[in-house]
Amino acid sequence: MRAANVILEALKREGVDTIFGFPGGVLLPLYDALYDSDINHILARHEQGAGHAADGYARASGKVGVCLATSGPGATNLVTAIANAYMDSVPVVAITGQVSRHLIGLDSFQEADVTGITLPIVKHSYLVKDAGTLPRIIREAFYIAGTGRPGPVVIDIPVDVTKEDIDFDPEVLPAMQLPGYKPTLKGHPKQIKEAARLIAAAERPVIYAGGGVIISGASEELRELAFYGHIPVTTTLTGKGCFPEDHHLSMGMLGMHGTQYANYAVSKADLIIAVGVRFDDRVTGNLTTFAPEARFIHIDLDPAEISKNVAVDVPIVGDAKRVLAALLVEVKKLELSADRHLPWMEQVEAWKRDHPLVIRESESGEIMPEAAVRTIWQVTKGEAVVCTEVGQNQMWAAQHYLSRQPRRFISSGGLGTMGFGFPAAIGAQVALPDALVVDIAGDGSFQMTVQELATAVQYRLPVKVCILNNQYLGMVRQWQELFWNKRYSETCIECQPDFVKLAEAYGAEGYRAVRPEELEEVLRTAFATDKPAVIDIRIKREANVFPMIPAGGSVHDMMEREP
Amino acid sequence: MKHTLSVLVENKPGVLTRVAGLFARRGFNIDSLVVAETENQAVSRMTITVDEQDQPLEQVTKQLHKLINVLKITDLDPAGSVERELLLIKVKADAVSRSAIMQIVEIFRAKIVDVSPEVLIIEMTGAREKVSAFMELMAPFGVVELMRTGRMAMSRGRRAT
Ligand SMILES: Cc1ncc(C[n+]2csc(CCOP(=O)(O)OP(=O)(O)O)c2C)c(N)n1
Ligand SMILES: [Mg+2]
Repeated sequence: MRAANVILEALKREGVDTIFGFPGGVLLPLYDALYDSDINHILARHEQGAGHAADGYARASGKVGVCLATSGPGATNLVTAIANAYMDSVPVVAITGQVSRHLIGLDSFQEADVTGITLPIVKHSYLVKDAGTLPRIIREAFYIAGTGRPGPVVIDIPVDVTKEDIDFDPEVLPAMQLPGYKPTLKGHPKQIKEAARLIAAAERPVIYAGGGVIISGASEELRELAFYGHIPVTTTLTGKGCFPEDHHLSMGMLGMHGTQYANYAVSKADLIIAVGVRFDDRVTGNLTTFAPEARFIHIDLDPAEISKNVAVDVPIVGDAKRVLAALLVEVKKLELSADRHLPWMEQVEAWKRDHPLVIRESESGEIMPEAAVRTIWQVTKGEAVVCTEVGQNQMWAAQHYLSRQPRRFISSGGLGTMGFGFPAAIGAQVALPDALVVDIAGDGSFQMTVQELATAVQYRLPVKVCILNNQYLGMVRQWQELFWNKRYSETCIECQPDFVKLAEAYGAEGYRAVRPEELEEVLRTAFATDKPAVIDIRIKREANVFPMIPAGGSVHDMMEREP
Repeated sequence: MKHTLSVLVENKPGVLTRVAGLFARRGFNIDSLVVAETENQAVSRMTITVDEQDQPLEQVTKQLHKLINVLKITDLDPAGSVERELLLIKVKADAVSRSAIMQIVEIFRAKIVDVSPEVLIIEMTGAREKVSAFMELMAPFGVVELMRTGRMAMSRGRRAT
């Protein structure tokens, strides 16, 4: 069988039904094979869009996302998307075309050293030199991408390889050759016992849960532990939805723009149960003042995350789902009473009551961003799949779109990639055709991947882009306002397209909301159509995100509201 | 403290780049690095010397373990292992200094491997300290150039490294 066809057959064997890609010279054999294949191909309008779509698809579905780009500029356009998937541990297989084997290393037309360029941002990569190894390499790539701590795997395939004829039997699984790859799944029983003991003894426990809980599918186990132990839960940005945010034990997000009560609770906790998190600097701020009174239990699949940033008392390397299930068994043996830390629960409740997230009323007839997000939340009954761009829009979305389920809040956490949300929403919509998928966007970010409107229209993917339009690179402007004497250097982007007309030009629908009283109706109309829609929501231009702990600061430096 | 990590890796193209790239990206420093095939052709051994003062050793080994091609890492304890470095040194040697040099060579059980009218090339192996001591003694004669391989190490007794 022709190697190009073998690639597609091998992908199908891995359960792939959709690829996001963009063709080019060295991909001609592969795209020719695709012409007759039953694999769905979604033609993005930029390889970055294809990469983020594969990422969004993976996050929404839990499956491995696949993207495809040609050699040279096609592959380099994919780099941001690969880095994004790497930082948030998203399983993506990125297939890139490469120049023919005899042309590699000669600065040939559209040659780029893709495995070299992507080396620091992949979980693993392959340059295929021998067509016969393709079935094994593809199998390994999916296995590596999707197991352990997931991540992107690049397979770079020279064009002449794809034209060769090789033996292929779809029934015969090639043996993997990965002697050095053995993710630890089961936590150490002694450590789990010790963790249970600490939980039973704790007077002020807090669960700090992150993306790892979602990846592991451990939301149920996490919930049970929190319920049984009456332990308040705070999550990271990527952990949003692993615990229902409308539950009274939820404290929402912690960190730089987290809720005051989550940050207060962490700062006073005597035990932090960290699950599937990496103590990122946006969460901890100044490490020396982070949870100063607490002992730490840290559950993570990746041994390298343990004690990377914070020295922990009880490290447990293992899959969150399995470890939490085992931990719950141990905790139950200790028969915790419901009222054993009543004062702590009351304290958390008091913080919540006294320092809630504020949804400001509009003073000047302008739409306030928090209110806009709350309205989106109400209109969608909290059931939309929400993607975000990066900046203030992302933080407002994280604070005010309460998530109830895992894999329903998709945001670029680690890399903070403007332009991620919209193509990711396209990928999520492909994964969940019946879901309402909303990208809560910024005007700056949306312009970075706006060309994917054509993709959404072509494939009838009714994604809704809600631009919180402040005509600013708002988050950078906020820092300039607060820390750089209001010198708004290059952050004012008043020169921008008419987003309504732009949407219409692409064949999507365009809406605009300027006054608070019209927003709900506009949203209802836009969400009801079966077409992609862009909603230009004009918000108060200089609204800021609060609360805020400045970078590297501690809970004492928190700014609660506009100064 | 210096640590010697003995790292078994798959003998495949690009593996050295991955290891070196990891050190660069994480800001780890390599003091010395020796790479060669082992008795098993499919496996190479990298002997990497790092200074614990520059970086937490635990992070280095954990991050290394995450590379798919890394098979095994041993942190060799100096007391439990034999460690060697190879030195080639070219020193100035005239009729007067030659015999003095040869005496030192004798004491250190080094070997003269090339002789020419003005210079000698000396080969010696030994633990790092011994190599350094030898270099110091050669310095007054005038060192034209020198090369060191970096540290190799093997654990003592039956146990494999
Ligand atoms: C690709 C990329 N470039 C630059 C940045 C730096 N950055 C972070 S937030 C931000 C402003 C984003 O503006 P907008 O999308 O309008 O969002 P807003 O903050 O106004 O809601 C910028 C420039 C980034 N995160 N990503
Ligand atoms: Mg903006």
